[in-house]
Amino acid sequence: MSLAANPRQFVIRIIFISMAAIMLLRLFFLQVVEDKYKVMANDIAIFRKVVYPPRGAILDRKGKPMLYNERVYDLLVTPATVNKSLDTNSLCDVLGITQEAFTKMLTRTRIKSGPMRKGVFIEEMSAQQTARFQENMYNFPGFEMAERFRRTYPNASAALMLGYIGEVSPEMLKKEQYASYQQGDYTGMNGLERSYEDVLRGQRGVHFLERDNFNRPREPYKGGALDTPEIAGKNLELYLDADLQALGEKLMQNKLGSVVAIDPKTGGILAMVSAPNYDPNLLRGTERTKNYSKLYRDATKPLLNRATQAYYQPGSTMKPMTALMALDVGVINPSFGYPCGGGYYACGKRIGCTHSGGGHAANLRVALANSCNAYFVHIFRLIADAKKYGGVKKGVQVWHKYCNDFGFGKPTGVDIPFEMSGKAPDTNTYNKMYNGSWNSCTMLFVGMGQGEIALTPIQLANAMCIIANKGYYYTPHFVKSIGNNPKDPLLLPYLKKHVVTHIPDTFFDVVAKGMQDVVERGTGTVARMDGIEICAKTGTVENKAVVNGQAMKMKDHSVFVAFAPRVNPKIAIAVVVENAGFGATWAGPVASLMIEKYLLDSVSGKRRHLEQKLYNANLVNRYTYAIDSAQRLRDALRRERKEEEKRIADSTARARDSIRAIRFFNKHYIKNNK
Amino acid sequence: MSAQGKSLFSRLDTTTLVLYLSLVCIGLLAVFSVEYRSTDAGIFLMHKNYMRQLVWLGISLFVGLLIVFTDSKFFSSFAYLSYTIGVLLLVVTIFAGVDVKGSHSWLGYGNVRFQPGEVCKIFTSLALSKFLSSPETNFQTLRHRIMGAAFALVPAILIILQSETGLALVYFCFFLVMYREGLPNIILIIGFSLVALTLATLLVDRLALFVIITTLAALAGYMIRRDLKRNPSARILLVGAWLICILFSQVMVPVLFKYVLQKHQIERIYSTLGQDVPDSYLKAGQKKDEKKKGNVSDYNVKQSKIAIGSGGFFGKGFLNGTSTKNEFVPEQHTDFIFCSIGEQFGFFGSAILIALYLSLMLRILYLAERQRSSFSRIYGYCVASILFFHFAINISMTIGIAPVIGITLPFLSYGGSSLLSFSILMFILLRLDSDRQVMIR
Repeated sequence: MSLAANPRQFVIRIIFISMAAIMLLRLFFLQVVEDKYKVMANDIAIFRKVVYPPRGAILDRKGKPMLYNERVYDLLVTPATVNKSLDTNSLCDVLGITQEAFTKMLTRTRIKSGPMRKGVFIEEMSAQQTARFQENMYNFPGFEMAERFRRTYPNASAALMLGYIGEVSPEMLKKEQYASYQQGDYTGMNGLERSYEDVLRGQRGVHFLERDNFNRPREPYKGGALDTPEIAGKNLELYLDADLQALGEKLMQNKLGSVVAIDPKTGGILAMVSAPNYDPNLLRGTERTKNYSKLYRDATKPLLNRATQAYYQPGSTMKPMTALMALDVGVINPSFGYPCGGGYYACGKRIGCTHSGGGHAANLRVALANSCNAYFVHIFRLIADAKKYGGVKKGVQVWHKYCNDFGFGKPTGVDIPFEMSGKAPDTNTYNKMYNGSWNSCTMLFVGMGQGEIALTPIQLANAMCIIANKGYYYTPHFVKSIGNNPKDPLLLPYLKKHVVTHIPDTFFDVVAKGMQDVVERGTGTVARMDGIEICAKTGTVENKAVVNGQAMKMKDHSVFVAFAPRVNPKIAIAVVVENAGFGATWAGPVASLMIEKYLLDSVSGKRRHLEQKLYNANLVNRYTYAIDSAQRLRDALRRERKEEEKRIADSTARARDSIRAIRFFNKHYIKNNK
Repeated sequence: MSAQGKSLFSRLDTTTLVLYLSLVCIGLLAVFSVEYRSTDAGIFLMHKNYMRQLVWLGISLFVGLLIVFTDSKFFSSFAYLSYTIGVLLLVVTIFAGVDVKGSHSWLGYGNVRFQPGEVCKIFTSLALSKFLSSPETNFQTLRHRIMGAAFALVPAILIILQSETGLALVYFCFFLVMYREGLPNIILIIGFSLVALTLATLLVDRLALFVIITTLAALAGYMIRRDLKRNPSARILLVGAWLICILFSQVMVPVLFKYVLQKHQIERIYSTLGQDVPDSYLKAGQKKDEKKKGNVSDYNVKQSKIAIGSGGFFGKGFLNGTSTKNEFVPEQHTDFIFCSIGEQFGFFGSAILIALYLSLMLRILYLAERQRSSFSRIYGYCVASILFFHFAINISMTIGIAPVIGITLPFLSYGGSSLLSFSILMFILLRLDSDRQVMIR
């Protein structure tokens, strides 16, 4: 064998080199030319984890939490790691479940998230389960606790005002407003949770995690370089006084109605009660749907925010406003009197007045104190028929303008959603109602707050603010500051002072004095307190309900509006108790106790009996339920009838079609065959 | 003879040693990168494979040292004895082997295991070298050729009996050595052609293959056009070869697949290549998504291609391989270790690695050719061929151009048997090379 020029050694070298070349070619194609493998690698190996920051808490004016995130624990299990050696008995004992339930739950978890991944075994463990499991955790490999946050309302109050969160529905996702949401995200559905969604929610973080062949997330991808951090939601600090709110809710228990208390200096809402209220903790977690439909079906309509959505005629509580309008128009002066002898007869029909004694309407102050119907109906007519406007149609339009100035007939703009506008009639309204032929006699009731005018309690409270402030108000709102920033852009609209009328201060003073007299010696003496000058007005509102298609007169609403103290007012309040009777009997004490609580921080012993009387009273009339069920029955019948009609229409259409088809067949087919 | 004066260590070939050590280090890093998690308590964790590999490296270097201190004549005189021991071990394994992942090729007790088939490569190399270099052997005779082939085939068959086909195939690399020592050209050509043709038939579209074969035939015809004119038998040979290729790829394989082979056999064949079964070979009633499921090796190749393919030109960077780190590629610290290089260091790193291997193999060939004694030369060819076979098949299977055969990537794959036996192979060669002027018989 020659050592020198053996050509075969070169053949072998060529084989080696060409193999390496083939590999390099293939690698070049795989790694540099083809792009799909990069995409595939990312698809299989990178897990996009959305991290939800803690939602902002809601605090009352003293910093007490009203809504915050509570720590709850889920029990997770990785089914594959649960082995035979697990002491199932003691685990069941710790968790307080049966063996069968354990097996069932484990199977369910295994099916839902696979054997290799962690799945939820128990959602929201009870406090007892959490404590007992935590102690014995080391005994149960494969099981672990996962911390989660849940919205909690520690005071269980102000349910409709604070609102709740719920999963974004597919319909909502289609809207542009919810562009940044994904299916499964939560959003505020009502109340402050909805209005301040953007700040409460914070900013979601997106973390890219690598995942392994069992789809288990592992460490951050590229050390977290692509991640966006989550930003915690901001807290809301409210004007709301949790104690005052609690008192209001307690006073209003077993009643229908509403309380709205506003700080006139800022427009900040101190308390807002809609009775009946419910425990907001019901509307969260797994039980939400069930509880919601229960509340929805309730005859007392607890889901209706009566403070912003229910319409009430203001009744006599309209009188201070009417007086101010008349003074400003110039048809009366403060010393104007009306010789009321127990009724108003100028329009042919008697309008009763509670007082008949002479001089109970000798001047404005006295008339207000005694709530003389005749006086205010009269001065309303004077406005409507004022010569300078030349006709009732223009006069009513002026009155309507004044109503708007006081915030009636339009939403106040409070920072919770679904507020209603109320009704303030104008010339058009009456033209439609009476086909153009009407005069001030036709609609004089609005002067005393009855008839076509309808207000929400918050509008009434806001009107009190205007009187208390002598002509201006701030839009009523709950939120004082967002994340301790009172100048947050979202709050700017509420920092704007609305000067609505240019009624001189002297007129306001007269009306305020008259309202003070209401408490001192008039219809509202129940609200009197030592040392505080309260200005108030009672209202006893006639109302009708439609029962079986007929308007029926119901028991009067008890209404009371007030502000205090007269000089430098700190609180303005409106109270409505539905179908309860005189304004002074029920709404008055509520308002008075609320004012006392707010200004003096406690209710004095002398007035405990008032408190007790209210706590014990059940003013929800039986017929409320009867009316409701009758209404439901009628709705159901109507629905049924509609469906029946539709069915009939359908079958007629079908019959018509088949006749047409037979005709067509006869015409084209049978003829041709002949 | 001047080299005799130098010390033993300075006579070892530095280039080979450096290439060997760099490959082993790359291997350690690769195993480390596959296993390391940022959540680990530290780096030096004894339960991790890379630490075990480090220990095995220490053992290998120690054994290497022993080999360097051994007399170079010892290896040739020990050759037949070691071969006998090796074959006996293989026989014992058939009966007393431990089952590891479906193969029956491991011997051991408790945690200590080794694969006789891996070690037997060394003994076979020595024995074959001894046989071919012996003056009594005339490799031009058929009898001695068959005897030579038997040296390689006996262990191969024994290993096949242990159902470790991949490892057995490695023994076919010795034909490369025998080719160097005088096996006729035609055997190599026919062997290569058959392998290439089979693979091409399965992987390339039928019509495209027809065009390729015809073009190749025309090209060959053009190159030997003078012979064709003069020699009628050359014409017959060319046309015959072309016809056989066409028949094989266009008629035989389709007929075989359509009418002879069962469904599961077809699936097995295609999935070892990491391919889907073509629609034309689907049996009646077999749904498309049914076949899409694939089996284990199908999944391996797919994941391995994704890992390597996603590396791009410069790779994702050390410890940033998302596929390899998160165990998407099965067996990625052993047979599929190349994925971690491909993913983390991209085409650039892969090319460097392939260049390192190629340099090592060519360097070994150079060393072999400079030996004075045939024994050393043939042994050198054995080492180079074994390395080549492992290298070529292992990397080809990870990039989807060869069937998935469970053989390791030399020096890189995790595994004590593999690292130790390759190290022994290398160090024996280095030892022989240091005495290259000495005649060893």
